[in-house]
Amino acid sequence: MLTRRTFIRSTTALAGAAALPRAGVAQSGPLRLEITEGVIEPLPFALPTFIAESANAGDLAADISRVISADLRGTGLFRQIPPEAYIARVTSFSDPVSYPDWQAINAQALITGAVDMRADGQVVVRFRLFDVFSQAPLGEGLQFVGRADSWRRMAHNVADQVYSRITGEGGYFDTRVTFIHEEGPKNARLKRLAIMDYDGANVQYLTDSRALVLAPRFSPSGNQILYTSYESGFPQVYLMDVASVQRRPLEAIPGGNMTFSPRFSPSGQTVVLSLEDGGNSDIYALDLATGTRTRLTEAPSIETAPSFNPDGSQIVFESDRSGNQQLYIMPAGGGEARRISQGTGRYGTPVWSPRGDYIAFTKQESGRFHIGVMRIDGSQERLLTSSFLDEGPSWAPNGRVIMFTRETPGDDGAPAVYSVDISGRNLQRVATPGMASDPAWGPLQS
Amino acid sequence: MKHTLLRAPVVALLIATLAIAGCSRGGMNGGDAAAAGGFGAGGANDPSSPAYFNQVVGDRVLFAVDQSTLSPEAQNVLAGQAQWLLSNPEFTALIEGHADEQGTREYNLALGARRASAVREYLVSRGVPDSRLRTISYGKERPIQICSTEACYSQNRRAVTVISAGAGV
Repeated sequence: MLTRRTFIRSTTALAGAAALPRAGVAQSGPLRLEITEGVIEPLPFALPTFIAESANAGDLAADISRVISADLRGTGLFRQIPPEAYIARVTSFSDPVSYPDWQAINAQALITGAVDMRADGQVVVRFRLFDVFSQAPLGEGLQFVGRADSWRRMAHNVADQVYSRITGEGGYFDTRVTFIHEEGPKNARLKRLAIMDYDGANVQYLTDSRALVLAPRFSPSGNQILYTSYESGFPQVYLMDVASVQRRPLEAIPGGNMTFSPRFSPSGQTVVLSLEDGGNSDIYALDLATGTRTRLTEAPSIETAPSFNPDGSQIVFESDRSGNQQLYIMPAGGGEARRISQGTGRYGTPVWSPRGDYIAFTKQESGRFHIGVMRIDGSQERLLTSSFLDEGPSWAPNGRVIMFTRETPGDDGAPAVYSVDISGRNLQRVATPGMASDPAWGPLQS
Repeated sequence: MKHTLLRAPVVALLIATLAIAGCSRGGMNGGDAAAAGGFGAGGANDPSSPAYFNQVVGDRVLFAVDQSTLSPEAQNVLAGQAQWLLSNPEFTALIEGHADEQGTREYNLALGARRASAVREYLVSRGVPDSRLRTISYGKERPIQICSTEACYSQNRRAVTVISAGAGV
């Protein structure tokens, strides 16, 4: 069962850590990493293990420091200078920073912090970020308070702050991903709906393996999950409340018609999905408050994989109306659709970036699969990956990183979850406990 | 015997063996249980048995890449299925549509539905009451062959008619 955790975030500057206005212009300019320019050389940071401010906080301080470092390094944009190289010793959170010692080892950013485990069991994590060459704090010191078992979230919160302050982008570490856990041989695969932290930690299973389940999607709040299940004997879209794990069919579908490929609108009030009738799949919108279903496409071709733009006014989807799978955009209420995919090959599973600037997709061409992105008018197509089978992109909430499924070929072919940034760099396998597919990234939790 | 055995016993036996080999890997509900039938009453020699349907009439048809049109061979098999269903009105059929792994999950679900529906429409056109037929798509979720070459893909692009006792659905 999931536990709700509340953080009290202090926005007041900590004593002695007030952000001072920058005096004049620093020689190298303020610390800033422009992701869009494509970072080749990771930015070096120093992260002395956070200070344990109570006798029993030592392990926690080390664990939190490790997770912060892993978050930052995992972006491919940062590298940690090994602690053995540090000249300065940080023994107290309020010590003044000896900038020359950090400049000498070429640390551009310095992250210091302290962890206190209070008598009531609450953990307090404080941190500060410094621009070493400007010799100034970068933003205010912050503290996070939570239960000891939410220490990973507090670490992710610190890392999100560091990432945001240096890159100017929103963070994505304090997030969860829903996915399908897979077991068993390829011809008798068992699947379970699961949820995990973005880095693969804290995996929890939300269904057992009795019914085949596919392609989960988070609600905008992250409190609910839509997915397709064969629980009734036929594929149908279900809605699950994450905290209670209560689930129900999204609507009563007569006659065994299949519903699949659901996705929430940005407001969370509408679900778009595909409904199959007589072998033909079209896209419908379901108003969750009224239960009213509206048909958005009406064609003898396959229409599926709908995804809203951030303001909810348009839907990108795939259709084979031209003879093979291509991407189209239509008004959210239905109506005339315009094709946006222009290259050779087949295009499927379009997903609109939360920033609105790109559409991610799966492309199939010459026996290879790719995850790619294009502008919303179809221009500037860029393929980020290539393999035997890559599919199903899902955006990080900041629109800079994409998770997807990669499956290996052959008798023992197995799916795994990977991430890649939108420049195509930093391809990484996400550490899941077993085979995993269909990742869907949730919102920032804090 | 109200049904004429069209194929030589040797061929029937060979098909039976293949069907069992295929099904035993399938892990599917329905179709597999019938494959266990022997040659007594209810076995493959009994023309009104599900085993006969699966192994002699043929419970599946195959499709070309990304297609749901029925080949002449497929239509022959389905004509036999229709005849069997008309001769054995106490059975209903669930038609499973499947795709190979070369495609995205959602598209393959839709494609599997198209294939199952193509079979259903053909059986109805041959006089089988629509009320005795249901369809389900498994997309690419239930391959019976697991290699990643055309030899396996061609077997996985299929629609399987799963027979069960019961007057209607």
